[in-house]
Amino acid sequence: MSIAAATAREVTRSTIATGRSKDRTPTSILFLGALWFSLFFGVMVLIVLIVDTAIHGAPRFDANLVTRYDSVIRPAETGFRAGILGTVWLMVTTAVLAVPLGIAAALHLEEFADGRRWWNRFIEVNLQNLAAVPSIVYGLLAVAVMALLGYERKGIVLGGAIALALLILPVIIITTREAVRAVPREIREASLALGATRWQTTWRQTLPSAVPGIATGTILGLSRAIGEAAPLLLLGIAGAVRFDPDGLGSAVTALPIQIFSLSSNSQEEFQQAASAAIVVLLAMILLLNGLAIFIRNKFQRTW
Amino acid sequence: MSTGTTGSIGAGPPPVGAGRPAQPVNLRARSRPGETAIKGVLLLSALVSVAITVGILGALIQPVIGFFEEVPLGDFFTTEGKYAVLPLVGATFMVTAIALAVAVPLGLGAAMYLSEYASPRMRRSLKPAVELLAGVPSVVYGFFAISFVTPTLLQGLLNIDVGFTNALSAGLVLGVMIIPTIASLAEDALSAVPQALRHGSLALGANRMQTTLRVVLPAALSGVAAAIVLGMSRAVGETMIVALAAGAQRNLSLDPREGMQTMTGFIAQTAQGENPVGSTSYNTLFAVGLLLFVITLVINVVSISIVRRFRQVY
Repeated sequence: MSIAAATAREVTRSTIATGRSKDRTPTSILFLGALWFSLFFGVMVLIVLIVDTAIHGAPRFDANLVTRYDSVIRPAETGFRAGILGTVWLMVTTAVLAVPLGIAAALHLEEFADGRRWWNRFIEVNLQNLAAVPSIVYGLLAVAVMALLGYERKGIVLGGAIALALLILPVIIITTREAVRAVPREIREASLALGATRWQTTWRQTLPSAVPGIATGTILGLSRAIGEAAPLLLLGIAGAVRFDPDGLGSAVTALPIQIFSLSSNSQEEFQQAASAAIVVLLAMILLLNGLAIFIRNKFQRTW
Repeated sequence: MSTGTTGSIGAGPPPVGAGRPAQPVNLRARSRPGETAIKGVLLLSALVSVAITVGILGALIQPVIGFFEEVPLGDFFTTEGKYAVLPLVGATFMVTAIALAVAVPLGLGAAMYLSEYASPRMRRSLKPAVELLAGVPSVVYGFFAISFVTPTLLQGLLNIDVGFTNALSAGLVLGVMIIPTIASLAEDALSAVPQALRHGSLALGANRMQTTLRVVLPAALSGVAAAIVLGMSRAVGETMIVALAAGAQRNLSLDPREGMQTMTGFIAQTAQGENPVGSTSYNTLFAVGLLLFVITLVINVVSISIVRRFRQVY
């Protein structure tokens, strides 16, 4: 408070002495301009990024782009069929692995955990840490898990999905907890008062009310996982796969990995293909984000 | 109130779950085995997060022991040689410093505008616009760095003599990527400063800029510091941008125009190569990975404890 008082006193004194208000001084107008600039800088970068990429990839917006497989010999006709399907396979497997686990963990922490117990506090702090672990470290962990499960082959759906599931688990837990916390206490109390047990209350009242929030958070988590390449790189997921994935043990590629391997090649056709793939990837992410916003607006209630 | 004799209704500190009833409601007549089993399953799911941490440490430490059996510690923590890690650490901090130089002023600026100047309606639509930046995959930012920032912006418009891969463009783009992290967390911290402080300052004659810079910002300093530290941890751990744009040569230099390899860049590059499992070069991956994990862990713990220790109570 002392800083506030000192500043204000100084300003008051100078305002009285000069008779001029300080709210429209050049410095404060400049300051506002700087704030505007920092707010819109990000948006400007995003616009430049999208426009530059779209112009760069424009020659490649044709049917080949989504129907063909990767081709090194004729880069002008290379396609991302394997990458798009692989990304979808990875997403679905990731969701199956991470969503039930994440929701169960969140329900425990939010509805059942006793915060006075040290292990619950430990889980809490641990989650905060996990959310900030670099994604590439999850790749290293998934490599170890795959070795533990006895999979020798590299670059398969299951391995990639385990890495991504580990990566987004903290995100799902955190958003689910927020959604569950937003359900008013009265609903739980009414259910408990009618004789329902804690689990019955959670399963039949709290969880259904929180579904829109959970769905939104989960989809946003998955859309983050779609763009991840670093952990997949460690699992040996290669850029060039020329068939559709057909199971958990099938070799797979993903769009971000394909973009990564194309970008490292400085030949013009490869750069064009990479730009076009980026537009496809951004479209997929935008679609997922749009879905999340739609669910939020359509189903979320205010209590 | 059929079982009024349970007697377990005691006042205690607020539980973890804010949504559950304030006092432990224990009105059940008998315990249900199914219920207990479900609770056990839920607890197990929560414990998976702990298992992940233990797993990370286990997965990293075992190959690292193998690595240090063959490579002496002195060869690892040194500046020259095949296994030297210090050039990687130096490059990581160089790129992180450039990223923070971009993201801290811009992120704080955006946060100050959102919390001090924007109306609630504007804030609702502007905040998601800033956060859009966080939704762009890092590999896309990496491609942007090598296809636009280096050739068009740095070499073309600004006429800086940089190589095809350089720490400068990687750092700049990385900075753009972490703007939303810093802006969003700093905005939360600034908004949490009580209105009375602003009113007091404005009533005494200070203008909005002075109120923002000298009253609100100092009051929210701990939260702002935590936001910056978290942004730093993001920058240290980010992989794809540096793998593409920073380069692949070990270079312990202070010149950001040169290409240099960061820790994550090294891991990404080594993972792509064919290294037989268990070989020394394969185990280097885990040694660098463990170092990276420890560094980010320390940064995160610092960030959490900053918030806890300096949280102002109004």
